[in-house]
Formats: sequence, structure tokens, C-alpha cells
Amino acid sequence: MKIVNDLPSPLTALDRPNSYIGRAVPRPNLQRLTQGRAQYVSDVVLPRMAHVAYVRSPFAHARIKHIDKSAAEKARGVIAIVTGAELAKVITPWVGVLTHLKGIKSAPQHAIAVDRACWQGEAVCAVVARSRAEAEDACELIQVDYEELAPVTDPETALDAATPVIHPDLGDNLTFERSLDVGEVDKAFAESDAVVETTFIFGRHTGVTNEPRSIVADWNTGDQRLTVYQGTQAPHMMQNLFAKHLGLEEHQVRVVTKDVGGSFGIKVHTYADEMAVVALSKLLKRPIKFVADRLESFVTDIHARDHRVKGKIGINKDGTITAFEIDDLTGIGPYSVYPRTSGIEANQVVNLVGGPYACPNYRARARVVFQNKNVMCQYRAVGHPIATAVTEGLVDLAAAKIGMDPIEVRKKNLYADDAYPVTAASGIKFEKLSRHASTDKILKMMDYKALRADQATARAKGIHRGIGFASFIEVTNPSAAFYGVGGARISAQDGATVKLDATGAIFCHTGVSEQGQGAEAVIAQCVASSFGVSLDKVRVIMGDTDNTPYGGGTWASRAAGIGGEAAWQAGKALRENVLAAAASILQAKPDDLDINNGVVVDKGTTTERITLSEVARICYFRPDTLPPGFQAELVATRHYVPRTWPFSFTNGIQASYLEVDTDTGFIKLLKHWCVEDCGTVINPQLVDEQIRGGIVQGLGGALFENCLYDERGQMLNGNMADYLVPMAMEMPDMEIGHVVSPTADSELGAKGAGEAGTAGAPACVMNAINDALRPLGATPMTEMPFTPGRVLKALGRV
Amino acid sequence: MTHHYDITLTINGERIDGRVEGRKSLVDFLRDDLTLTGSHVGCEHGVCGACTVRVNGEIVRGCLILAVQCDGAVVETIEGISDTGEIADLQEAFEKRNALQCGFCTPGMLLTAQELLASGKVPSRDDIREHISGNYCRCTGYHAIVDAVEAVAQARAGK
Repeated sequence: MKIVNDLPSPLTALDRPNSYIGRAVPRPNLQRLTQGRAQYVSDVVLPRMAHVAYVRSPFAHARIKHIDKSAAEKARGVIAIVTGAELAKVITPWVGVLTHLKGIKSAPQHAIAVDRACWQGEAVCAVVARSRAEAEDACELIQVDYEELAPVTDPETALDAATPVIHPDLGDNLTFERSLDVGEVDKAFAESDAVVETTFIFGRHTGVTNEPRSIVADWNTGDQRLTVYQGTQAPHMMQNLFAKHLGLEEHQVRVVTKDVGGSFGIKVHTYADEMAVVALSKLLKRPIKFVADRLESFVTDIHARDHRVKGKIGINKDGTITAFEIDDLTGIGPYSVYPRTSGIEANQVVNLVGGPYACPNYRARARVVFQNKNVMCQYRAVGHPIATAVTEGLVDLAAAKIGMDPIEVRKKNLYADDAYPVTAASGIKFEKLSRHASTDKILKMMDYKALRADQATARAKGIHRGIGFASFIEVTNPSAAFYGVGGARISAQDGATVKLDATGAIFCHTGVSEQGQGAEAVIAQCVASSFGVSLDKVRVIMGDTDNTPYGGGTWASRAAGIGGEAAWQAGKALRENVLAAAASILQAKPDDLDINNGVVVDKGTTTERITLSEVARICYFRPDTLPPGFQAELVATRHYVPRTWPFSFTNGIQASYLEVDTDTGFIKLLKHWCVEDCGTVINPQLVDEQIRGGIVQGLGGALFENCLYDERGQMLNGNMADYLVPMAMEMPDMEIGHVVSPTADSELGAKGAGEAGTAGAPACVMNAINDALRPLGATPMTEMPFTPGRVLKALGRV
Repeated sequence: MTHHYDITLTINGERIDGRVEGRKSLVDFLRDDLTLTGSHVGCEHGVCGACTVRVNGEIVRGCLILAVQCDGAVVETIEGISDTGEIADLQEAFEKRNALQCGFCTPGMLLTAQELLASGKVPSRDDIREHISGNYCRCTGYHAIVDAVEAVAQARAGK
């Protein structure tokens, strides 16, 4: 491996003299991270700061009869012990529903459980002490008298009349249900040459961010302001929620997000124990710090997936897919998570199943039920890994049934590349996809024919290898259709403010935030390109509600496509302003000038007229020399939100080559490929690394990850020794390719790329395993994770 | 219940006199008492490797060794190893290859990779994968890290 320096690419329509669009420039300020000089929230220390630890319910469902603090109050270092009832006087409860998810319901959730704990791990009492260790010591001394209640743990029986209702006021345990019936499904199945039915089961996953959730809240009673240092993906959303539930004005709350040690959707939600921290700070009038330890992360960080989907596909002998039908059931814990709700994943499954294929007949039902386990909510690629596995699993089973190559079946049914725009059966709209071009490209990259030959050679030697594919679509660049229309104050638009400093450098303040994806680099690339300076002259400011335009943050693959476009437009606007100033200095026409590499030049040439530092010097320090009536405006702000399409769908295909040891059940991943179309690629290296990281997150779910619970609602493997995550040894090299179909909604044409890897990886591993085992007469494997034990079971060996 | 111990050790070339509780881990001592926050706490049970530091020349989990055990030891952290320039080429390779995203695992990953590279051999990609397989990275999927370590091994060997 040789690391090749980035080189300017050939000019494109978007290119300007300083264009960084399409270039693999390294992210700025990475030395901070490689030298251990970052500042994560877990590193933040403030004067008079105290630490909180929580007493957490050991039961999945229990009434809190009495809390005896007396021994703990006398413990060393203890500052305060606060129960849920006491904290409820400072912070109001919330209900995680949205109006556009028709019928969704949930119960009020408190920062600390008031009289009942609804999952194992829910906080029932807070201990604030001078150090975290002392707070934990005192937690041990608190006596909680619980009355254990019957837990609801199995989604399959959650709606039965005999099952207790977790929140009696709601009437039943149904959170949300959605049904869809499009075309003539029954007729299509009846007339199909073959119909395949099976059930897919997905494990419960959690994000396992390397830095656990961290927050430091500082209520300053002197200036009546709350400053919150929080590892969050959505600073403005949290500002709104802290203000709302503490009874403050939003301008009294500042959320600061510096370095964040991983997010993946884990850090975009409201966590009760974090809401308790801001309330404790207000109550105790001092900074309070909470950093979840790994064990409490496993029982409090949102979980995801845990769906059981009955799926059915109809197919004709010529490979035409005639109909899809699914019935999805998912258990989400005792509360719908605030403010994005826990109905979105199931809703996405309904939207996305069958999505790549031109099949007009589709019936779906999704039911979301309450249970006494940790809460579930949106995690990287929300719903996509499930929908893709169901769709692609059914397509492969159908292909096997009619004896057709899986690629041929896909090619037969994928929307033609010139068919767009297209509305799929579920109602989702595609502006421009590249299904066939992507498929052709991956076949070439992997040399499909050679791989099939290798498979056959290995098979003859008793080595069982499999090839699996997964076509996928990904929701990116969401408009207000995602959350705003449902009443959530979550911004779909984003803004960028750029300013020329007094030396000719550029500051860009943006509403999107950074958790390692490279948003800072992408924003800098956009501004440098549209304004006309080298990248080292751009400084990006993000993650601070006091100092950035109002925005949504970084989630749902939106930072580059939405934040990047706002930055691109703001850079252009500032260029116009600076050229107006330069023109007035030079007594020239602004239209005759341009900015190239930090210098004002005659347009279309590199003839230098005046440097930016000289423009800045005159405008800031000698404005008296400018013509009367001219005021230089060296700051510009622009906002952007997608308007033409509710979501900008991307597409692609993944392939996996793996080997199954039929004696041990172990699976070795040999190689993985992905071709992805995210429109304009702003930074190819960053896009590729988003895809690679996403693939491995998907592979973890396919092979290892599963939050195991017993029938009493006790999590059995809530630590990193027992909950297995992908480590380097088990993971393959991954080859990434691109097809480029820009969105016409923005000038840049960039779509999102953050979740495509996770969307497709589990499905193609599943298909590869089944491809390896099919000739051995194994039962098709459709329950993730595909553990060695399950492989042996499928082979009938155990 | 809490007994304190006086310890003297060398951290990043500097003599440090500390007074620690017996139960305090080395990484908590580094982070909380000395504000050397480049070593990270990811799991506190020895799985993730984010707290990796060097003690007497060998990499250890900072969460699995007590500060009091390091009395008299020579401890090196990412801050010290960055300042001496020992891994400047490796850091540059990580930055150029984007072998880090959130950066939380990176200090530990760099120290672990440097241990492999210090042998002077050019390891295979599988060797690299095996050597870093005690360091958890949720962001990158490891491929770019393997690329960066491989590139530095080849460059150091003059290949």
C-alpha cells in the first residue's frame, strides 16, 4: 500500500480555479486527534464541577416503593442525592410522538423514574459527588425497596389479551401500526409461477460508540444561562429540548459540541439520564458531569433493529417479480424515544422493501409494540438493513426456486436507468438512480465469472465459498418531511456564514457538526472552492449554538448534501461581496474580476489586481479611503434545504465473498465490494471511508452483534467481552466504486453517503452464506446474527 | 476503606510524584490527576484498547493496571510519543489515508501499531490485522488503518 498524495482532478462543471470538489484532500486539524490533543466531552473539566452516578433498576419492571438515602448521604464526597420525584420539580416529562406517524402513542417519560422503573437499567436515583468514584460508592449505599411487576418481553405476545399493559392509560401495548396495500397483491401471487415465503429475524443491536455518551451541564445562576457540553449530533435540537423542559428561553441555553467519539445515530436522541444532568445542574447551581460507563451504555444507549419480518415474494419463470408482501413486528422498549420517536424504523421498512424493483404489487404491515427492555430508536441506516435483507433475501430465494442466477433476476427487475423519475410501489420517489450501471460496475470490479470459477474449484476440494449480492437504496438529504412536518423542532435546513478576516483568511460557521465523518473537511472544500482560496485559508466553526447558523446537525446522511450546499452558496455570496469591495478600490467593474487562490484577478486570467489581505486591510482599517456611500460587507450567510424531493435517494449494490467452515460453522469474510451512487462526490476518500466503516457496522450485525435478553427482561451480555463487535482480524478488505448521478435539487448535486454501507452489508453476507450452503441442502439462513451455532443448525449438524 | 499511596514515576520523561487511592487505574491517574487526556477510557474492562499506553517499553491497557503498580515505572502516553517525533510518520500516514474518523481509538491504535512496526519487519496485511485486533474502532472498518500501517512499514523498510 502506497499512500498517494491528492492531485487536482480534471475540471468539471463545478470547478473553479481553486476547486477542491472531487478531491481526496486530508481533513484539516486531524493532528489534534492523532496527537491526543482533542477535546472530547469526557475530557471537559470546569471549576466546581461535580459528578453524577445513577442507581439503576435491576428489574425490567418494578414499582419503586421507597428509597432510603440515609447511609449514602453520610458517604464521603457526596453533594446531593436526588430522586425522580424531586427532580420532576425542575424538569418536565416528555412524550415521544410525531403527528405524521398516524396513531403513534407513548407515555410520559421522566428524567429519573418517579414511581416505576420500566426497564433494567432505568435510572431511579441520582447521586452527585465530588468524584465519579465517590458517587458510585454512595450508589451502593442507597436502599431501594422495589415491588417487582410482571415484565412484557416478547413482542409476539405483547398484544395478547393475557399480557399486562405496560402503560394502562394507553389501553394496549401497541405503539404504532402502519399498513399499505398497493396494486393487486393476491391476484399477482395467485398468477405467479412460484411463491416463496419465509421469516427474517434481526437481532437487537446497539451502537457501542468508542466514547460513551458524555455531557457536562453548567447552569450559571449569575447570568441565568445553561451551557451544555454534549457529545451530540444535533446541538440546536438539544438546545430546544433543554430549554423546553427546564422552562427556559432557548437563548438561555448554549450547546457546545467539540470532538465526539463516535455517534452513528446513538447520539441524536434525548436520554433521560442526560436530561437529568441539566436538571441537576440547575438544581444544584454548579457544573455536573456524566459520562456513561460501558456497562450502563449497554442498558441505556438506544438499541435498534430487533425486527421479525414475515416476507413473501411472487416470481414468474422468466424472472419477473410479481409481488412483495411483508409483515413486520418490532418491540421498542417501554417508551417511544423523544423527539424522533421509535416508529421510524418500522415505517422505513414499509417504505423501502421492494424499493429497487419495478414491481407494482406490494402489501405491508408493520407493528411496533412496547416491552420492558431498553428503548430502541434510530441507529445508522434506520430500517435499511432490515428492508434490504428482506427484499434481497426474498429475491435470492426466488431466484434459487426458479433456477436463475441472482444477478439475472436483479437485472430483469431493477428500474431501467432511463426510467427516472420514478415512484415506487410504496410511494417513495426516486429522482435519478443508476441501478444497472452500478450492477454492471460491481460485476466488473469483482470479476464475477472468475469468482464463480474459483467457487467451483474450491467446492471440488470441499471448501464451501459463497457469493452474495445486495442491491440497496438509501434515504439521504431529508427535507422537513422526515421530522418537521410531524411537529418536531428538528431543522431540515442548514445555514453557513462565511466571513473574510483581516488577513484574507475565511471563517465558515456551519450548523452541521462533526463526529468523525469529515464534515469539517467537506464544508471547507465547498467554501474554498466557491470563494476562491486555498484550503489552508479556511477555518470551520461548528458545534456551538451561540456561534453557528440554526441547523439540523449531522444525521441521516445530510451534512455534505445540505450543509455542503449552504457553505457552497455562502462562499459564492461572499465572493460577490468581496469583489464589490475590490472593484470599488480598483475602480473596476465587479463582473470583470474574480478570486483565484486568494488573490483578486482579472476574470478568466491569473493577472493579479489586489490580494485579499489588502482588500481586508482597506475595508477594516482604512474604510475612509473607500468611495463615499460604499459599505463593504465581508460576511455572507446562505441557507439550503432540499425542496424538490422529500428525500434524495441514493442507490448501489454490494457483494460479499466468504467461506463457511462446515465443521465449525465459522464464517471467514474473504472480500467485500460496494458500488455506490451518492451523486457528486465532494471528497472521494471520505466517501469511501464512510462506506467502508458503514459496511463493517453492517457486518457486525450480520455476524456477531445481538443484545440478548432473558424472559425476565434481563440483558445477558451487556459488556464488550460478551457483546461481540467487529475487530480487525475478522474483517475483510473492501473495494469501493462509484457511479455519479447528481441531484438537480442543489448546485453541487451531492447526495449522502453515510449509511449505504450499513444498509446493504447484512443482506449480501446472508445471501453469500446461503449461496455457500445451498448445494449442501442446508435450510436457508434468515436469522441474524449468523453465529457458528446457527450455521451448524442450518446444516443439520446440531 | 480508601487507602492512599505515594508513588513516583516517570511520565513522558518527566518525574511525577503522586498520591493515589489503591483502586485508581493508571488511565484514571493520567487523565484525572495529570490531565493527560490523550489516553481514552472506552470500556474499563480491557477489551477496547482505547486506554493503551506504554509502561517500561511495553503497551498495556491503562484500565487494567493500577497507578500504584506503576510506582517507579517509565510511562509513555500519546502526548509524549507525539512530542518526541517517534511516530511522526505513522501519524502522517493516518492523517493522509483517513485512517481515523472520530479519533477516539487513534492514540491506542497508533501505540499498538508502533509496537508491531518497531520490529523493523514488513508485516502482511493479516499480521497487521491480527496485531491491532485488540483495539476497537467503530468508525473506519479497519481497512484504512491497515493501509496506513502497511505503508509506513514499507516506507521504513525502504521499499
